[in-house]
Amino acid sequence: MSATEVLRSAHPPDIDPYRVGHGGGHDYATGHGEGGPASKRVIVGYGFWLFLLSDIVLFSCLFAAHAVLQTATAGGPTGPQLFDPRSVALETACLLTSSFTCGLSAVAAGARNQLWTQVFLLVTGVLGLSFLLLEAHDFAAMMARGASPQVSAFWSSFFAVVGCHGSHVTVGLLWLGTMMAQVFFKGFRPSIMRRLVCFNLFWHMLDIIWVALFTIVYLIGEGR
Amino acid sequence: MWLGKLSLNAIPFDQPIPLVAGGVVFLVLLAVIAWIIIRGHLPYLWHEWITSVDHKRIGVMYTILGLVMLLRGFVDAIMMRSQQALAFRAPGYLPPEHYDQVFSAHGTIMIFFAAMPLMIGLMNFAVPLQLGVRDVAFPTFNSTSFWLTATGALLVNISLVIGEFSRAMWLPYPPLSELRYSPGVGVDYYLWSLQIAGVGTLLTGINFVTTILKIRAPGMSYLRMPVFCWTALAANLLIIAAFPVLTATLGMLLLDRYLGFHFFTNAGGGNMMMFVNLIWAWGHPEVYILVLPAFGVFSEVIATFSGKPLFGYRSMVAATMAICLISFLVWLHHFFTMGAGGDVNGVFGIATAIIAVPTGVKIFNWMFTMYGGRIRFTTPMLWALGFTVTFVIGGMTGVLLSVPPADFLVHNSLFLVAHFHNVIIAGVLFGAFAGITYWFPKAFGFRLHEGWGKAAFWFSFAGFYVTFVPLYAVGLLGMTRRLQTYDVAAWRPWVLAAGVGILVLCIALACQVMQFIVSIRQRESLRDVTGDPWNGRSLEWSTASPPPAFNYAVLPNVQGEEPYWEIKRRAIETQQLVAEPDYKSIEMPRNSPTGFITAFFCTITGFALIWHIWWLVGLGLFGAYVVFVWFAWRDREEQIIPADEVARVDRARRRVREQWLAQNAREQWLAAHAETGEPA
Repeated sequence: MSATEVLRSAHPPDIDPYRVGHGGGHDYATGHGEGGPASKRVIVGYGFWLFLLSDIVLFSCLFAAHAVLQTATAGGPTGPQLFDPRSVALETACLLTSSFTCGLSAVAAGARNQLWTQVFLLVTGVLGLSFLLLEAHDFAAMMARGASPQVSAFWSSFFAVVGCHGSHVTVGLLWLGTMMAQVFFKGFRPSIMRRLVCFNLFWHMLDIIWVALFTIVYLIGEGR
Repeated sequence: MWLGKLSLNAIPFDQPIPLVAGGVVFLVLLAVIAWIIIRGHLPYLWHEWITSVDHKRIGVMYTILGLVMLLRGFVDAIMMRSQQALAFRAPGYLPPEHYDQVFSAHGTIMIFFAAMPLMIGLMNFAVPLQLGVRDVAFPTFNSTSFWLTATGALLVNISLVIGEFSRAMWLPYPPLSELRYSPGVGVDYYLWSLQIAGVGTLLTGINFVTTILKIRAPGMSYLRMPVFCWTALAANLLIIAAFPVLTATLGMLLLDRYLGFHFFTNAGGGNMMMFVNLIWAWGHPEVYILVLPAFGVFSEVIATFSGKPLFGYRSMVAATMAICLISFLVWLHHFFTMGAGGDVNGVFGIATAIIAVPTGVKIFNWMFTMYGGRIRFTTPMLWALGFTVTFVIGGMTGVLLSVPPADFLVHNSLFLVAHFHNVIIAGVLFGAFAGITYWFPKAFGFRLHEGWGKAAFWFSFAGFYVTFVPLYAVGLLGMTRRLQTYDVAAWRPWVLAAGVGILVLCIALACQVMQFIVSIRQRESLRDVTGDPWNGRSLEWSTASPPPAFNYAVLPNVQGEEPYWEIKRRAIETQQLVAEPDYKSIEMPRNSPTGFITAFFCTITGFALIWHIWWLVGLGLFGAYVVFVWFAWRDREEQIIPADEVARVDRARRRVREQWLAQNAREQWLAAHAETGEPA
């Protein structure tokens, strides 16, 4: 099956099987109002969303700390002196594209297509890994020019918030590898499909965090 | 080299008190484990408890953990009170570095490992039953949460004999908690225990919010949920929003200590007031994470023992959610003296005073619930009554402290210490005891002994006042908190009075222990066969005691605010139970050792991180990843309970109910009518 066929077959014309759609009978849909317990897919997705929200709260603390320590360079180098906007743009491109391919893997998994699911997951992983390598390269370059978390509070908060995102991507890659193995060996059974949903949510959240990070740390930081 | 910073010097041979205390605890633990193995209880414990994913079992284990750690924290309290009683112009018996560990450990243990497990235990036990469902959203995570909390508690206790505990107070304010001023492992023990336990708590929050919002019995709309479920929802929403802040803040401190970062240091442009702001942005919601479930317990208890529906149910829900929101807007009142300026202090002072309004709404609702009711003064009801009186006093001193100029005068004094003990003991602890005595018969099928329970209440109630009223007074006289020694003669009588108070509380503790021992020994005479020993109103009383693993043979169909009361009234009026349902087989989650094994690796990793044993850190993390993959690989997640078995269990329950109906028919019917005011 070609990629376009996969895309088309992922959108069967049937109605929303979990009744999570909008309009009409909301109160009697499962998981709402008086409708009784929700389906397992809704429960897992919902719980994972809550986890992601908590993760966003964690990041927001690091962002707040970075904002507070923005000018606390203690006589050391400042951000604009050492940031490399082109490299950051490239990282952004890698990560945003990986989110797109991650979405394509979800479409392929929806069509129960083993080959394309694996291909798109692999592409996602390769892009994620490129992002990480670029970031590591950036870090090394900045350190070579006199920045390190030990230099000043500003660089502490910079490396903490960017590094926390990076370690999330690392954990995401480990998870991605595990998911590829699971899809390969266990197929598209419901529990695996639920995990793929969670993985997709996680990977997209990393993108959202990166957009905030790009704006607050790099763009605003560059303008100071 | 291989053991990082760990060596034989870590064992405090020169300090007899922790060594002897730790040694005794260790021997007791060893004896218990030996007894379990020799008597052959290990397989039972492993299959039925340690690997259990049943929310009721996990709730019981949380409660036991909370009670054991409460004992540990109480021993610290006794040491502090007795030290201060002896230390008037004298060194007392605890040297400063040990005294500092004692008060740091007392606060840490009481909040994180006594109060939290007690509240989470009660939520675990009661919420799914009250919602009329069979389990929480993520049963295996639930078990993991418990074991991670236990890991944190274990690490804190290990610090007693290997190394030392933090001396930097229960919230480790920098720069004192930074490596430069606290070079030992004490702060690291604190940080890693809380990080690990914090992950467990966050999982609990996610689990319960998902459960309450997504898994309820058919017909159980939001405004039909018991108030305890509402307060549990609010508390768990707060956990999701607040605990990541704790994790991030402690994470930054860890980076400072381990990798030389400069978040909160004096040097390098660090900002230690940022720590204080961040930690209290978690810390104030935490107060409500603890007390909101207790409010829920009191709502259940007061309605049940007043024989009336809860007064102002909707205003109770609104007040709960208002507190949930406002609790995030008041954190700065913990450090008015920081110097944020009059405007900022004013805003936070007013927000703090405002939070007393929804709390006042709740107090009035409880009073109006009792008004005109037929009150039964059982042990849980006594705890609830003691709470209402005492909590109002604590609330009023709180409003007093919310006024910044007044706060400046008593900041960091024993007045403050008396205030927060007033709200936490009367609120959370009384709530926990009310909840434990209220739901104990549901969990075990027999009641707790009323005589010992009442004695425990009265000694706790009196002991609280004798201990903390003097602390209010001596705080106003200017005595600051955490003094290892003092030389102001005017303080002495009050400090001694507080010392007497702790003796009264010791008697209360003895009564609590007796209550459990006597109740277990006399369980046959305290047996409750009906499953409804208190004439309850919410769904948990409609199933058997102890409930079967699947809680309900058929999910109840909820049609009102007090579903079980309605079912009961209909049964009494028609003199029969509803028709026997068509039993179907039930799918239940399988028990899993995942939580226990994860916690095992977390204990190893945490210990290795504290002592800088890096290879062991790597091994622990690798082990955790292997467990993750292994758990993901499992093929069977569920087990089926066949319809025959479900029918057998439920028919037994129905037989008992029918007998009860026949025996008590007339009086129950009369009582039901008298309570609702209808003519008999």
